[in-house]
Amino acid sequence: METVMLVVVAVAAVLVAVAALLALVRIERGPSMLDRALGLDLLAAALVGVIAIEAAWLRRTETIPILVALSLVGFVGSVAISRFAAREPAEPDARDDADVGDGEERPVAVLRVEDAGEDDGTEESPETPEERP
Amino acid sequence: MTEIEPGFWTALADVVAALCLLAGAFLTFAAGVGALRFGSLLARMHSVTKPQVLGLVLLLIGLALRVRSWSAVAMLALVVVFQLATAPVAAHLLSRAGFRTGKVDESELVPNQMDPSDEADGPQGGA
Repeated sequence: METVMLVVVAVAAVLVAVAALLALVRIERGPSMLDRALGLDLLAAALVGVIAIEAAWLRRTETIPILVALSLVGFVGSVAISRFAAREPAEPDARDDADVGDGEERPVAVLRVEDAGEDDGTEESPETPEERP
Repeated sequence: MTEIEPGFWTALADVVAALCLLAGAFLTFAAGVGALRFGSLLARMHSVTKPQVLGLVLLLIGLALRVRSWSAVAMLALVVVFQLATAPVAAHLLSRAGFRTGKVDESELVPNQMDPSDEADGPQGGA
């Protein structure tokens, strides 16, 4: 029984650790602060999950208040980012279409030009021909 | 009725806890894959909110079945309530901030309920 539980705990810990790594990749890759807030949310959840798996393995209850604290801290972080850091300043080299107030057409923010060739190129506007080679 | 040996229920609780741990870890992993692979902000928000919350709830159920003490179960229920209350609020704030700063492609929204031409008090939109 204990060996089965060891295998289960190892597999679960590896899965959650890979999820945390993927969240870290998303935090690094960007492209906006809101995506980083999502990645931080997932990272906090993965941290809670790993602590829960460790407590389930050792049958210990001392680390459970950490879960309560972490679940609140992750929420505060994502709310703070979405309220105060969502409108990031325009970088002078990355975007030069700062004319926001032109009526119906809301310009899709070109946040990082070098990411536009990857698989997640739907929110960067690909049609900015003056900065394409 | 046959006699149930004393260790049956604890063994059953351990088995169910193991299944819950595996399912929760797999859902968290799926949330991570979705957060990395999905192509827009709203799709990533979907992946981070739904499978992540269910995976965390399953992990905490597994932990509660494993430790089997009422004080621990009470605190784990508190964590679950916090997650279920805060994840929709965080996702809503993120999506609203993304919409207002122009990071959401409006052609992807099939019923575009934020369209200012549909409603009288749309956000900051047309003309």
